[in-house]
Amino acid sequence: MGNVPTTVKHCLSYKQIIEDYPWLRSWLQEEKIISDHDYPEFVKIVEVGPRDGLQNEKEIVPTRVKIQLIDMLSTTGLSVIEATSFVSSKWVPQMADHTDVLQGIQRVPHVRYPVLTPNMKGFQDAVAAGATEVAVFGSASETFSRKNINCSIAESMLRFEEVIRTAKDRQIPVRGYVSCALGCPHERHVEPSKVAEVAKKLYEMGCYEISLGDTIGVGTPGSIFKMLQTVMKDVPVNALAVHCHDTYGQALPNILTALQMGVSVVDSAVAGLGGCPYAQGSSGNVSTEDVLYMLQGMGIETGVNLERVIEAGDFICNALDRRSSSKVSQARSRTL
Amino acid sequence: TVVPTEAKIHLINMLSESGLPVIEATSFVSPKWVPQMADQVEVMKGISKKPGVSYPVLTPNLKGFQAALNAGASEVAIFGAASELFSKKNINCSVEESLQRFEEVMKAAKEAAVPVRGYVSCVVGCPYEGQVAPKKVAHVAKRLYSMGCYEISLGDTIGVGTPGSMTKMLEAVSKEVPVSALAVHCHDTYGQALANILIALQMGISVVDSSVAGLGGCPYAQGASGNVATEDVVYMLHGLGIETVRNQFF
Repeated sequence: MGNVPTTVKHCLSYKQIIEDYPWLRSWLQEEKIISDHDYPEFVKIVEVGPRDGLQNEKEIVPTRVKIQLIDMLSTTGLSVIEATSFVSSKWVPQMADHTDVLQGIQRVPHVRYPVLTPNMKGFQDAVAAGATEVAVFGSASETFSRKNINCSIAESMLRFEEVIRTAKDRQIPVRGYVSCALGCPHERHVEPSKVAEVAKKLYEMGCYEISLGDTIGVGTPGSIFKMLQTVMKDVPVNALAVHCHDTYGQALPNILTALQMGVSVVDSAVAGLGGCPYAQGSSGNVSTEDVLYMLQGMGIETGVNLERVIEAGDFICNALDRRSSSKVSQARSRTL
Repeated sequence: TVVPTEAKIHLINMLSESGLPVIEATSFVSPKWVPQMADQVEVMKGISKKPGVSYPVLTPNLKGFQAALNAGASEVAIFGAASELFSKKNINCSVEESLQRFEEVMKAAKEAAVPVRGYVSCVVGCPYEGQVAPKKVAHVAKRLYSMGCYEISLGDTIGVGTPGSMTKMLEAVSKEVPVSALAVHCHDTYGQALANILIALQMGISVVDSSVAGLGGCPYAQGASGNVATEDVVYMLHGLGIETVRNQFF
């Protein structure tokens, strides 16, 4: 019985109390656990579809399609749209057109277009192409770091330090990502303290925001709670974001848990673009539409127009000839 | 597609081995309305009932109840709605009329010592009425509970609920029905099911309806998903350290 004090439960049978004192029933029920969560009034959505989403799509998307997608997203009210990645095209062919994309999009005032810059070369190319915000990607798992970017976590931090220092000199804000925050495809379990260590390093180096990524979507409200509790000891909650993958369908409850803990920045991808490279056929990013639906239902402001995001999702799914991974989009397109 | 009887029986038998304590087996509704459930008697008689597992069946009226009893059912369920329009369109009568029909079933069930579970549909939204008042849901839930249903399953029939509307609805209902007698039946049509279930758990609810493989689409949004998948619910619960198999020590 959720509303009977523990001491009472242990001393006497609840049924017996109600029989002996019928008037107690309504009083005990009045003490109901009213949901007293303090949700943020406003949540910033960081749209990663054009980068994280498309990067994990098999089909190489033509440059003009990428540009059109970003231009459509720019009219939705989103304030941050991750545009592309200045990574070597040898590693990520999908992002080979990074310069053309960044220079081809229409930059809407009050919207930011961060780009990934894994190293100094990428950073310089990005700046030359007109980037005004960049992002660096650390990992909480050593094995993942070595397999993904061919170096240890410590070595990657040194690389990023250079980028962040240079970015600071040019007054370019840097966002830090920590991948494998709730599990690693190679190491499986990842210690929350390791996530906190990497997050803290990136924050202290000068990243204005740290996005904690559940790279393989294995997290649940239980593990995300523990992880956030630990990270929040070292990084202020208003500098944290969650980047949840929906591979096991857990993204929305994980995001809900994060909101209950004070996180107010959520990464998501239009139409849930981007599968999971570690679980073929599975979904990857959580869809922006489904996140927006939840936030709207909770009375949380985002400034984003859901219908316009659905339209952008329809556009890119047509172009990719794939179904949207967004349940909201699927439901809306077929409702009586 | 109408599923062959052997496939239904096989599915239920497999589920019986998974540790699930309750498996809703079939529905004693007229085959004219629900052809898929026409083989209700064969299914009920064909499954291997595992000790400790209950196999409730839907019984929309007295006729269905008696047929269920004859077929060996030892637990039944009745389905009310929190929306008048939905009630009229779905079972051709008002909410009050349906409750009166159920009183008949309840009486017969009490005499036969058969437990009855009550469902309330459209608890956070109706395909016809749109918004549904939490007070109305509380009213119907209370009626079913007072009639003698041991548990009330609150159904988000079209999956439009969010943690916002779920909270308001559960707050209203839990003032009338003890939270230990409440269950949530969330649909995943808009991807909100797990978030809604989490909110319900946080409010003290400890019974969750779900469907293996997320079977069952949404008749009101073609192509959209319906029931939340048992696998995804169990994954979340286990991740939270919540047990889903209880050992009875008496």
